[in-house]
Amino acid sequence: MMRWMPVLVIAASSLWLAGCPKKPTTMPESQPEAVAPQDGSGTSGVGDAQLGQPRDLPGAGAGSGASAASGPPGVTSVIYFDFDRSDIRTEFAPVISAHARHLAAFGAARVRLEGHTDERGSREYNIALGERRAQAVRRALLLQGGADGQLVTVSYGEERPAVEGSDEPAYEKNRRVEIHYGR
Amino acid sequence: MPLSRFAPIVILFLALQSMPASAQLTVEILRGMAEAVPIAVVPFGWDSAGAAPWDIAATAQADLERSGRFRPLPRSQLLEFPHGAAAVDAANWRMLKVDYVAVGQLLALPDGRFEVRYELVQVATGERLLGVSMPADRAALRLASHRVADTIYERILGVRGAFATRIAYVTVAGPVTARSYRLVIADADGANERIVFSSPEPIMSPAWSPDGRSLAYVSFHSGLPAIYVQSLRSGEQVRVSARSGINSAPAWSPDGNQLAVALSRRDGNVDVYLLTLATQELRRLTDDPSIDTEPAWTPDGRSLYFTSDRSGAPQIYRLGVGAGERPRRVTFEGSYNARPRVSPDGRELAVVTIDRGAYRIAAVDVERGTMHVLSGGRLDESPSFAPNGADVIYAAREAGRGVLAVVSIDGRIQQRLAASAGEVREPAWSPFLH
Repeated sequence: MMRWMPVLVIAASSLWLAGCPKKPTTMPESQPEAVAPQDGSGTSGVGDAQLGQPRDLPGAGAGSGASAASGPPGVTSVIYFDFDRSDIRTEFAPVISAHARHLAAFGAARVRLEGHTDERGSREYNIALGERRAQAVRRALLLQGGADGQLVTVSYGEERPAVEGSDEPAYEKNRRVEIHYGR
Repeated sequence: MPLSRFAPIVILFLALQSMPASAQLTVEILRGMAEAVPIAVVPFGWDSAGAAPWDIAATAQADLERSGRFRPLPRSQLLEFPHGAAAVDAANWRMLKVDYVAVGQLLALPDGRFEVRYELVQVATGERLLGVSMPADRAALRLASHRVADTIYERILGVRGAFATRIAYVTVAGPVTARSYRLVIADADGANERIVFSSPEPIMSPAWSPDGRSLAYVSFHSGLPAIYVQSLRSGEQVRVSARSGINSAPAWSPDGNQLAVALSRRDGNVDVYLLTLATQELRRLTDDPSIDTEPAWTPDGRSLYFTSDRSGAPQIYRLGVGAGERPRRVTFEGSYNARPRVSPDGRELAVVTIDRGAYRIAAVDVERGTMHVLSGGRLDESPSFAPNGADVIYAAREAGRGVLAVVSIDGRIQQRLAASAGEVREPAWSPFLH
């Protein structure tokens, strides 16, 4: 567990520094009765076996818990993409792994993956591109322990920008997949 | 003047079961043609007491002027007001330097309807080029005016006019967190707006049925995207595709029996399918791991153009709809060509292209493979041909707001249509409606 936590904390904080997403990516406060699952309950993923010892991700400090109704505490729920690309950037690999383990740990968790693009180019092509991004995240989650029945994708293309504006800083924040728990 | 000299045209007014929209489109001509045809449209005579129920000549004159291809003489400069060709003195009009004179009258019929009579005279020869009589309901007088402009346009330019047509488009108002989407139709001059469907969730990709009586579109109002077909007369909305994944980019086959659509289904791979409306039968047309979307039919209904990024970036391909056909790449210029629309004669495509770093509308000559850029914005998209092939309407951004623009297929004439509020996008020009 200790070998994992720092990586995630760095990944998450560097996101905040680099991406500065306007839309907060904090997950809802978890319920007090939610308890982290016991050893072994969330360790079915391939990556887990290689790295050893991972459980569902604990919150970084006191007072955090995890539940099926929300994502792994302290982990961003937005994955950003390069222009016209749908491959997951290496910096987001730990984020995907954290969500995958969370899904494996909480079989009741249901996730809606919303794919988005920036406003440039054709709207229908962007619907397809948003779908491909959502599917890329879906496949990555499935590979690492998520189950098909837990995931649904929907693409909004360029219809729902996270931020308005017609410049690269706005575009960077709009090319994304949002991971929504509870559907 | 004997009535038999007038070719009868019957106008049907199609009542829409919908509310008038609040945001009116206004049209502004940005650039016209230097050699626009000088014409006089004389105010029509009115045979009954009181004011005429509609100024036919004013509406027709505005149409001709807006097209950029005519230069109507301002009404204030008219010296005489004939209502029939026989009363047109060619010598007088020659002094005013007009090439054509349109005259006419509006008559009240005993049954409460009206008769619109009009004639067109060529000044150089004194020849009477047109003589038309057209009955119309009171509610159809605006439409009748557009038909007057259509026939004048056709008689002089040799191309059918498209003034008596409509456009469909999507308006969006409100902040990102509380959007209001509307699917709207209006006359080609922006007047007479009607809301077809509204939703707080996105509405996209309106497409006219070939008979002009229905729209297919994508709506997210159920929470997931689905394709709907809505009758404009009854307002009846039918969900025709709500499959897993995306349901997008509907395009009617020329016979109106099928929709070409882009679906991702369970496997998440976006491909083009043919959906037969009567039977719900679905046939896969493309099967490629890349994105295949934005189908557009050729006029003969035998082939489709579509966008695919199978080469690594979006380009246009053509595919026969018969069994065993293979897609053939059509565009080779530039790093981004998408969203094809086919001209009515099938010879040209209007596409979205990247031109010097900006997204612009371009016309592609299918046979020669050449391309010329038509628009000059930075984020131009969603081109749609007028049914006469003379103009292309598209969506543009101006000061951060979505507006509609029209450009002639040679790029020389430009107009802009802006809504009074909110933003306008995804215009689709109707087929001929009569």
